Amino acid sequence: MSAVLQNLVNQPYKHGFVTEIESDIAPKGLNEDIIKLISAKKGEPAWMLDFRLKAYYQWLKMDEPKWPNVKYPKIDFQAISYYAAPKPKKKLSSMDEVDPELLRTFEKLGVPMHERAALAGVAVDVIFDSVSVATTYKQKLAEVGIIFCSISEAVQMHPELVRQYLGTVVPVGDNYYAALNSAVFTDGTFCFIPKGVQCPMDLSTYFRINTEESGQFERTLIVAEEGASVSYLEGCTAPKFDTNQLHAAVVELVALDNADIKYSTVQNWYAGDENGLGGIYNFVTKRGLAKGTNSRISWTQVETGSAITWKYPSCILQGDNSVGEFYSVAVTNNYQQADTGTKMIHIGKNTRSTIVSKGISSGHSNNSYRGLVRIAPTAAGARNYSQCDSMLIGDKCGAHTFPYIQVRNQEAKVEHEASTSKIGEDQLFYFAQRGIGSEEAVSMIINGFCKDVFQQLPMEFAVEATKLLGFKLEGSVG
Amino acid sequence: MIREGSRILLEVRGLRAVVNGIEILKGIDLTVRSGEVHAIMGTNGSGKSTFAKVLAGHSAYQVTGGSVLFEGRDLFDLSPEERARAGVFLAFQYPIEIPGVANSHFLRLAYNTVQAQRGKEELDPLEFEDFVRDKMKLLEMNPEFLDRGVNEGFSGGEKKRNEILQMALLEPRLAILDETDSGLDIDALRIVTTGVNKLSTADNAIILVTHYQRMLNYIVPDFVHVMRAGQIIKTGGKELALDLETRGYDWVGAEQPAMAGA
Repeated sequence: MSAVLQNLVNQPYKHGFVTEIESDIAPKGLNEDIIKLISAKKGEPAWMLDFRLKAYYQWLKMDEPKWPNVKYPKIDFQAISYYAAPKPKKKLSSMDEVDPELLRTFEKLGVPMHERAALAGVAVDVIFDSVSVATTYKQKLAEVGIIFCSISEAVQMHPELVRQYLGTVVPVGDNYYAALNSAVFTDGTFCFIPKGVQCPMDLSTYFRINTEESGQFERTLIVAEEGASVSYLEGCTAPKFDTNQLHAAVVELVALDNADIKYSTVQNWYAGDENGLGGIYNFVTKRGLAKGTNSRISWTQVETGSAITWKYPSCILQGDNSVGEFYSVAVTNNYQQADTGTKMIHIGKNTRSTIVSKGISSGHSNNSYRGLVRIAPTAAGARNYSQCDSMLIGDKCGAHTFPYIQVRNQEAKVEHEASTSKIGEDQLFYFAQRGIGSEEAVSMIINGFCKDVFQQLPMEFAVEATKLLGFKLEGSVG
Repeated sequence: MIREGSRILLEVRGLRAVVNGIEILKGIDLTVRSGEVHAIMGTNGSGKSTFAKVLAGHSAYQVTGGSVLFEGRDLFDLSPEERARAGVFLAFQYPIEIPGVANSHFLRLAYNTVQAQRGKEELDPLEFEDFVRDKMKLLEMNPEFLDRGVNEGFSGGEKKRNEILQMALLEPRLAILDETDSGLDIDALRIVTTGVNKLSTADNAIILVTHYQRMLNYIVPDFVHVMRAGQIIKTGGKELALDLETRGYDWVGAEQPAMAGA
C-alpha cells in the first residue's frame, strides 16, 4: 500500500498510536485487563471503557445461540487475541509475487489494473488517482457537514455524537456476539448526515478496506438526522484473504424524521475450501432504527462468502409511517452454511415493510432463511409483504425457510409467499438446444432469479454482484 | 419438397436408446434430405418425442446402439450445444420457463452464439431489437413478449410461437418440431404453420412430430412415418396421414409387419 495513501486516509492515527504500537499484539484470552488495554491503546474516554466493561460482564453471563441451523465446533474464546495493532499488510515487491489464483479472481471480477496491485498488497509507490479521489471525496463531504470517519476517530473527535447513539439500536447485551463485539471492538466506521443533507455520493468503505486490516470485531454506526439521506456501500467484491476465524461485527443505523438510509452489502469473505476446511464464521448483528416519522431503512445484501453466515439485518419501525426493506441474495456452495434473514418490528402506525429473500444452494451447502415479522398492538395499519424463494443446484444441498409471524394488531396486513425451484436438466437442456453452454445458462438463470434484489443495488455493485455469482457457482453444474 | 440433387442431411441407422434403464427406441432407420418435410406420427408412448430428444442430445436418454450422421458427421460426437450451433433445432413440446431472464436477452444470446459459430456478424441489443421485431411479425407476436421473462406466464400458444420465433432466428438446417400443434387453437395453428412454411427452404429440412393429421393440412409432408414401440413400422406419403385420421393406428402394424424399419 502506498505510504502516501495510507497517511492520507489514516489521518486519525497521526495522533500517535499506529507507529507506537505497530508490533503490538495482546496476549490471547479475554478478561477485564485486556479490555482496559484495548481502551487505553485507543486513548478512549472513561464512558467508552464503561460501555465495554458493561458489555463484557453481560457477555460472561450469556450463552452462544444454539438455535441457528448451522453446525460448527465450539469456539474457544480464550484462544483468540483481541487486540492487534492495525499494522500494514505484508508488502510484496511486484505483481509477480502475487498468488496467481488471486490475480485470476481480479481478472474475472474486472478489478481495474491499477487497483489490483493495491488490493493484492503490492507496494506501489504512489497511486495518484486514488489519492486525488480520496482527497476530493473527503473535502466534498466536509463541505456539507457530513462526518465519515473511523469509529476510533469519531470517539476522539465527536464523542458527544457517538455517546448519544452508540448501543441505542443494538444494546450491549443484545445477543452473545453483539455483547462480545461491544466489549472488544477495535475499529469500524462512523457516518453522520446532518439535518436536511442529502449525501452527494454513495459512501463506501472502499478506501478504508484498501488501507487497513479489517478487524475481527468491526463496529459501524450511521446516523441520519431529520430529512437527511445516505446510501452506504459495505465491502468490496474483491475476495479478502483474511485468515480470521471469527468475524463478529455490529452495525447500527438510526434514521430520524423523514430520513432515509440505504445500506448495501456485497460480502465475499473467505468461504473455506471445497472440502469445507477453513473460512470465516460471520456472526453479525445489523439493525436499523427507523425512529422518526416517515423514516426509511433499506438493507440490500448479497452474501456469497464465509463458511458460516449468521446475520439478520433488521428494522425497528418505531416512527409512524416508517418503512423497512430487506432485499437479500444468499449463495452457498461446497460446505458453506448460511442462516440469514431479517426482523421487521412494527411499532408505529401505518408502518410498512418488504422482505425479498433469494437463497441459492449448491454443492453440500445448507441455506436457511429465518425471518421475523412482528406487529405490535400499537402498529395500526401496518403492512408487511414477504417473499422467500429458494433455488437448489444439485441434489446434495439444502434450503430451509423459518418464517416467524407475530401479529398483535387486528388492522395489520401480512403476506408471505415462498417458493422452491431447482436448476434442472431440462432447463439446461433448453439453453443447450439454443447453443448456450451450461456455465452461461446457470449464470443467466441465477441472475434472473435474483433480479428483484440486484435491481436494488447501486449500478456498479449490481454489475459486480452479477459477475461474482457466476464466478462463485462456476463448475457447480456440469 | 422432394427435389432433384438434394443432399442427405440426416441419416439414422438402427438407433436404440434407453431412459431410466428402459429401452424406448428399438432400432430406428430414417433418412432426411434437404428440402424435405417428414412427419412422424404414432400413439402416446410410441417413442416419437424420445427420438426428437435423442437427436437433440438430452442427457436423460442414453444411446445404446445404432448411428446418426448429420451432414456426414457423427451426431453423437457433438454436445447438445454443439449440435444446436451446427444447425439442429428442437422446438420443445413443453418450452421451459426461465423467470427473470428477459426473452430479448435470451433470444439475442442464442442468435449471437449461432451467428458466431457460422462466422457471421453478431448484433448489439439495438440492432437485434429491429431484427427480432421483424421476425415477430411473421408469427403475429406482440413485441411486448421481448420484455417478459422467457416463456414466463406465456399461454400454451404463446410458448409455441416463441419456439418458432427461435427457429426463425436461428435458421437451422434441421428443425424438429415436437408436437408444436398441441395446445394451439385454430388461429394460432394457422399462424404457426404459416410461419414454419415460410422458413422451409431447399437447404433445410423439417421433422414434424405429431399425434394428429390436423397440422399436416397446413404443412404438407413429403413422408409420413408411423412409430410404434420404438420403431418406424410404416412409411408413406401425405395420404397415409389421412388414412390414419380415419382408421386410427391399430391397423398399421397388423397389416404390414414386414415394412418395419423400411
